[in-house]
Parts: sequence; structure tokens; C-alpha cells
Amino acid sequence: MKKLAIKVNLITGRSIQQGVSMEGGKEKPAYTAACGIIELDPAEFKRLGTYRNTNVRVTSEYGSVIVKAVEATQGPHPGVAYIPMGPWANMVINPNTYSTGMPTFKGTPVEVEIAKNGQVLDSLDLVRKACRGEVV
Amino acid sequence: MTKTVTDVVCPFCGTLCDDLEVVVSDDGKQLLEVYNACAIGAEKFLHSQAEDRLTRPRLQQEDGSWKDVTYDEAIEYTAQMLASSTKPLMYGWSSTNCEAQGVGSEIGEITGAVMDNTATVCHGTSLIAVQDIGIPHCTLGEVKNRADRVVFWGCNPAHAHPRHMSRYSIFPRGFFTGKGHKGRKVIVIDPRKTDTANVADVHLQIEQGRDYELLDALRVAFKGLPLPDVVAGIPKEQIYEAAEVLKSGRFVIIFFGMGVTQSLGKNHNIDEAIAVTRDLNEYTKAAIMPMRGHYNVTGSGAVWGWQFGFPFAVDLSRGFARYNPGETTSNDLLRRGEVDSVFVLGSDPGAHFPFSSVKKISELPSVCIDPHQTPTTAVCKLHVPVAFVGVEIGGCAYRMDNVPIETRKVVEAPEGMMTDEEFLEKVLVRIKEIKGE
Ligand code: SF4
Repeated sequence: MKKLAIKVNLITGRSIQQGVSMEGGKEKPAYTAACGIIELDPAEFKRLGTYRNTNVRVTSEYGSVIVKAVEATQGPHPGVAYIPMGPWANMVINPNTYSTGMPTFKGTPVEVEIAKNGQVLDSLDLVRKACRGEVV
Repeated sequence: MTKTVTDVVCPFCGTLCDDLEVVVSDDGKQLLEVYNACAIGAEKFLHSQAEDRLTRPRLQQEDGSWKDVTYDEAIEYTAQMLASSTKPLMYGWSSTNCEAQGVGSEIGEITGAVMDNTATVCHGTSLIAVQDIGIPHCTLGEVKNRADRVVFWGCNPAHAHPRHMSRYSIFPRGFFTGKGHKGRKVIVIDPRKTDTANVADVHLQIEQGRDYELLDALRVAFKGLPLPDVVAGIPKEQIYEAAEVLKSGRFVIIFFGMGVTQSLGKNHNIDEAIAVTRDLNEYTKAAIMPMRGHYNVTGSGAVWGWQFGFPFAVDLSRGFARYNPGETTSNDLLRRGEVDSVFVLGSDPGAHFPFSSVKKISELPSVCIDPHQTPTTAVCKLHVPVAFVGVEIGGCAYRMDNVPIETRKVVEAPEGMMTDEEFLEKVLVRIKEIKGE
């Protein structure tokens, strides 16, 4: 059976938890809890057929990452999903700058699918392992 | 006994609050409490006291483990790396003081480096737009004292600049704004119903990435000309209404953030936002301001502005300053493999660059100067922890409205730790020796 995946438009940005936990140390679990997430509308959870706080795999043309799906705190925002800025978001955003120098951090089409047994890595591990090609 | 230091400047975001109070131990070695700061600012001060803080440089070994080295060894390593590179990338410069930025520029000049700061992933596109069509600007003091129409376009200060609204933009009572919040009309344009949108009078929940259209529609609406029924997901009635609110103000300020600079359209979105501001000046007084993120990204643009003539993406590899965003910007250089070493200070590209760029950094000789452990230090060959600027050493920083503010030292750094500036100066001396200058 083909796994169910939903399509959403991904944006990234700051959150106060991202700021606080980043200053508290990017190697700490609080940073992963703040940024290793994807915020989805309740309607998207329904489409995906899962509960809140399930791990999901987010995949774009540019990469893939496992994060925890949580309910949008600043929503609803139909069709839009949000990953706070950080290494998790940066695994999947569109890196093209189109001659401006600025990667396209906002507005990347992604697919989200359930990954119950997937593990959300901490930021240092994620980047280190991804650089060595140990995560896909 | 403890001492309270007043008028402390917060070295986190571009709001650069200058009214913090910090309680330190009598010997000035321990920082105990922080008052007036937001949660992020307080955490920044308190984290400097963390017990597991690294205080000495370390080199990453083949197997990924770390070996402690002395500062002298770290200086030698850094100097050798930069001196032997053809075109090093020297990136960051936003979480440090202008003094260190000045020394860094000198190193960049003699090593033929590309100097780039965090504007490259933040407001670089705004800088391009300003060069294209100029900017009607003002200070945050003017906003506090005069602005009665406040627009937040694609920015969310409730999360990114937590005290911005209470110090300058929404709540304070100023000379001509005696009614504070009540006398101001606040408009938020954002695809999400953000916490900033919740305190606004009007929230236009724009379709993501359609900022240019909506900005253009506003210009049409100012002139009272016909609009299609819906633009960027917003019904035309709401657009006409917003246009009237803006035109009827005495002083309009438009703040904008990553929602416009990082979405497709990029610098052209900002061109249009500035054009909206210019148009508004036919009816009232209006200004526009980027919500700068790091506390001194504005300063690094200012320092390079007067040293090289360009605020970011300065390529010194040919012996003179060149600037061509899209070519001399960090992410383009990294992805195309056009630099042969990477030096990072005062930023964390490992966390905030697209992964394809981070991977390139991990494959190159690299040095990272940062008080924290970060995803960048995790992939760099040498990590040099330094004193926290604005906490353990003072120095000049520029607020988001280009006002320079002298940050303060409130506690001593752990014994024997160097500051950014001291480290850079030693590296500079050593590079000059190597190059025989
Ligand atoms: S708003 Fe910014 S400058 Fe002010 S205390 Fe918070 S983080 Fe620091």
C-alpha cells in the first residue's frame, strides 16, 4: 500500500522558543523541541490521518528530514506548514538564490508523511550525520 | 553582597534594548540576575554563566572527537589557513562589535577574502532594493514619538524582537503619541495568524509569496483606481480600507521582515514596499525600516560601507572591493565551490544556511569563532570559544535604525579567555609575518 502523504507549502521563521533555546545551547534537547517540529493546521492532521505529536518525514525536491508534527500555534493557515528556522528546516528548503544571494527560505512545496518510528535528531547530530551522508 | 549594573545593552536582536539591569556578584565574576530583558535576552546573559561552557579552543580529529589546543596554536592554525587560501570566505560578523569587524576587514584585505555577513540570508535583498531606489528612513525614536500608523509586513516582532512593540512601535506613549496603543492603528500582513497579528487592528492574511501583488494593489488603491475582486487572497474592499487607514495617518511606519525578503520576488518585493512608502509621502509622512535580526548586523554593514563601499558580499580577492550579489554571496560561492576555506565569526551558518551550503563548509578547511557549541562548530575543523560581546566585553553596535550604541561589559570572562578582537588582532599580526609584510 502506498503511504499517505499530504502536500503543503513550507515556510520558516523565528519563534520565541527558537530564540530562547538557541541561546540556551543548540546541543540541548530544548532546541530540538523548539525547532525540530512542523506546525500543521488541524485540517492537515485530519488529511494525514494522525494525531498531534507524531513524528513525520518532510520531503522536498531538495532533501528530507524527520520532525515532530505539532498543531499550529499561530494559525490556522490553510495549505501552509511552518518549521522554525534552524537546521531541520534547512534540510528541505529551496537553496536557490536566483541571483540575489538569498536562498528561498519561504515557499517550498513539501510532502509530509507519517514516520512513527523515525527519530528526530538533535541539531549537532543532524548536521554532522547529514554531512557524512549517514542520514537520508 | 551584589552589585546592580544599570543601562545595560542587550546583545541579541536589532532592537538593542538599552535599559537592562544586571545583578552581578561583588567580585564582578558572576552574573546572577537580569531585569527588563525579554526571555531571549535574559537567556543570552544567563547562558554565559553555564557550567559546561567551553573555555579553550579545540581541534576536530579525523574520528570526530575533539582535542584541546592553546589559543596560540589556534592563532597559528587560523593564520596559516587564511594565508594559504586563494579565496577564503570570511562569514558572519553580526554578533560581534564594530571594533572586531574592523580588524576582520583588515585580515580580509590582506588575504584576498570574500567578506559576507548574515544579511546574506536576512536583509541582503533589502540592501539591494535600497541601492536600487533609495529609502525614506527614520529612527525608532521618531516612531515612538510620532507614528500613528504602524505596519508589520512579513515580520513577527512578538517572537523575533519581543520588546520592539512595547519600547517603540505599538504601546509606548511618546511626544505626539500620548495615547499610546489607543492612538495607533496597527496593520499586519502575514500568511499566518501570528501573535503580532493578534494585537493588530487589521490582519491581512495574504497568500504566501504574493507580497508584490498586494503591495502593487495598495499603490493602485491609494489613487482610487479599480482593482480585481481579490488580490493575493485579500478581497479588494479590505485593500481599499487599508489604503485609507494609511493615507489618513499623520506618520506611517512600515516595518518589514523575512516574509518579504526571503519569498520569491525577493529584492523586488522590497522595491515595491519602498515605492508604497514613497507614494504615501504624497498624502502624509511615511518611512520604512527593515527589522534587522542580529544585534550588530547593521554595524557590519556600516563598517564595510565606509571601508569598502558595500554593506555585504564584498569580494576582495582581486585586490579591490567588488560586490555582486548572486555571485559574491556566501551561499552562491559555497554551492558553486568557489572558495577554498571558510572562517566564521559571530554567526551560525551550520544552523541557518541551506544544507547544501553546510555540506560544502564541512568539506573545506574551516575555523569557527563562537562562544557556543553550534551546528557550525560541529562541522568545522577548529572551534575557538571567545568572550561574549555585550556581556564580557563592550564595544560599538548599530541598532536596526542605524543608531550606534556602545554596549557594556558587565562581568569578567572566564580566566584566560580571549575576545573576538584580541584573537583577530593576533591572527592579523601572524598573517603579516607569514606574508612578509
Ligand atoms: S527585544 Fe531584543 S534587544 Fe530587547 S531584550 Fe529582547 S532580545 Fe534583547
